[in-house]
Amino acid sequence: MAERILVLAEQLEGQLTDVTLELIGVARRLAAPRGSTVDALVLGEGVSALAATVPADRTLLMEHPALRLFNPEAAQRALEAVARETSPWLVLVPNTSLGMDVAAAVATRLGWPLVAYCQAIEERDGQLVATSQLFGGKILADCPVGTDHAVISVLAGAFSSEAAAPEPPARIERLAPPAELDGLRVRAVGLERPEAADVDITRAEKIVAVGRGIESKENLELAEELAEGLGAVVAASRPLVDAGWLPRSRQVGKSGLKVKPRLYLALGISGAPEHLEGMRDAELIIAVNTDPKAPIFDVAHYGVVADLFEVAEALQERLGG
Amino acid sequence: MTLAVILKQVPDVVEELAIDPSGTDLDRDSVSYVVNEFDEHALEEALLLREATGEDVVVVGVDTTGELDQALYTALAKGAQRAVKLVGDVEGSWLSTRALAGLLAPVIRELSPRLVLTGVQAPDDLDGQLAPTLGALLDWPHTGVVVGTELADGLVRVRKELWGGIMLDLELATPAVLGIQAARATPRYVPVGRVRQAMRESTIEEVEVETPVESAPKLSRLRAPEAAGRAEMLTGSPSDVVERILEILRARGLY
Ligand SMILES: Cc1cc2nc3c(=O)[nH]c(=O)nc-3n(C[C@H](O)[C@H](O)[C@H](O)COP(=O)(O)OP(=O)(O)OC[C@H]3O[C@@H](n4cnc5c(N)ncnc54)[C@H](O)[C@@H]3O)c2cc1C
Repeated sequence: MAERILVLAEQLEGQLTDVTLELIGVARRLAAPRGSTVDALVLGEGVSALAATVPADRTLLMEHPALRLFNPEAAQRALEAVARETSPWLVLVPNTSLGMDVAAAVATRLGWPLVAYCQAIEERDGQLVATSQLFGGKILADCPVGTDHAVISVLAGAFSSEAAAPEPPARIERLAPPAELDGLRVRAVGLERPEAADVDITRAEKIVAVGRGIESKENLELAEELAEGLGAVVAASRPLVDAGWLPRSRQVGKSGLKVKPRLYLALGISGAPEHLEGMRDAELIIAVNTDPKAPIFDVAHYGVVADLFEVAEALQERLGG
Repeated sequence: MTLAVILKQVPDVVEELAIDPSGTDLDRDSVSYVVNEFDEHALEEALLLREATGEDVVVVGVDTTGELDQALYTALAKGAQRAVKLVGDVEGSWLSTRALAGLLAPVIRELSPRLVLTGVQAPDDLDGQLAPTLGALLDWPHTGVVVGTELADGLVRVRKELWGGIMLDLELATPAVLGIQAARATPRYVPVGRVRQAMRESTIEEVEVETPVESAPKLSRLRAPEAAGRAEMLTGSPSDVVERILEILRARGLY
């Protein structure tokens, strides 16, 4: 019996995240032919107004002080309790910083299989197949999913949010928090938002983005010059920011910023799923990489298999001249 | 007390990856292995904690490649005090995260560390990340995407990265399991000479483990993403390519 699909809704400070709607959209698509209903679990404190906007068949609302800010232990206990109670055949969790703490832990505790990093869920020959993106996006793994309990953690941005019906939920059901929420070993202390940046890459029309292929901090100068010539700003993949070569405000991707410029020129970026999450919607993507199999070419409109320094220098010559 | 760091060797994704004839694993003979990048950060974070608190650092790994010694000696050369290698009938296999966590859990319990640190994720984590899986098996508090840690009495303060630069500060009672995204400093480099010295002067402790019942991730097929996606490839000399790029930009009013 494939009765219920359970979606873990993600919210931060009363704001539903985009990925939640994407998950509900997928859940609806899978639910329709099976006659399943879609439950969305909203965790928080003082979030009943938000719960009323979640487009699921039924919104399960659990409120508790420990759920005010994200608390991985509280969220894990809550989802586990609800999954035991409602026995869904499928649980969808976002593969985000928050969802990652919960999906594997709950699946392990329940003994249910988990497919992580899911980027597609399709019907193939009468079988539901979840596709996981592995090895830095270079390999896809097709995993059959049965109807006797599974957990899938879904990559943000992999599905459209439009399939989530816009009408408000048929009903909101309040759930009592499990007793464990009063004896947690994890405490959420607070959130810190980033300081205002010198350059707002989310507003830039053109971006020259550099990755680890740039090799050294000194070589960033080349990117700066190119950006100047093109009227663009410089952004980067995460490792360059971790190394302190550029400020955090220039990072594109899952834990950085989401950008949608008219031009994204990617130099020496492999195109890991976490990077693609932040730039796949750019209007024009041109990628330069020495590796013809680099996943960045899967999202780029134009690709060049070449040494970025040769291309950048040739471009600089033309722009400077 | 100790800090346990779990290291895993994974296929180097910068190299060409081939799928074996079974279609359900990589061609392991042609793979070159590296320590999971995020595990390197976990080790660095543990070494930084050691500098502040004097804890011993124990590195632990399951030898699925037959080459784990190199990684463990390198960790010892970087400043770890002990290295523990789990061996058994697991060489050459792609262990699922749950199987890996199942092998590690009793060993970690025995080590009784204040903290377990490992990478936030690995390129082959089909059934999810190690930190939350191990945390669930041990029933210890856990969290991932950690970019900073500080040990205090009976707890660890961690900074967890959400998105858009937003940070969440958490306190976890110890023992706890952390999935490290980035250490507070770039993972340190160690000269080959020091690794050789570690090989001469230290020993790796071995623990024999049983083969897990269901060890491999469940999948029907591996494949490469659809024929190199949708990029139109520009070929020719760098100046040819640049001319084409400028044409494309001009056509869109971008140059
Ligand atoms: C929870 C989480 C969140 C993350 N968030 C982000 C994020 O927000 N943003 C982000 O970017 N990453 C993020 N990552 C990291 C991500 O997984 C990758 O590690 C990262 O994107 C890789 O950066 P890169 O492409 O610069 O480096 P690599 O993957 O090392 O790629 C370098 C590329 O340069 C090419 N190259 C080398 N030399 C040259 C040359 N001379 N000319 C041309 N090409 C060359 C290589 O072929 C290679 O493809 C996150 C990871 C996790 C686990």
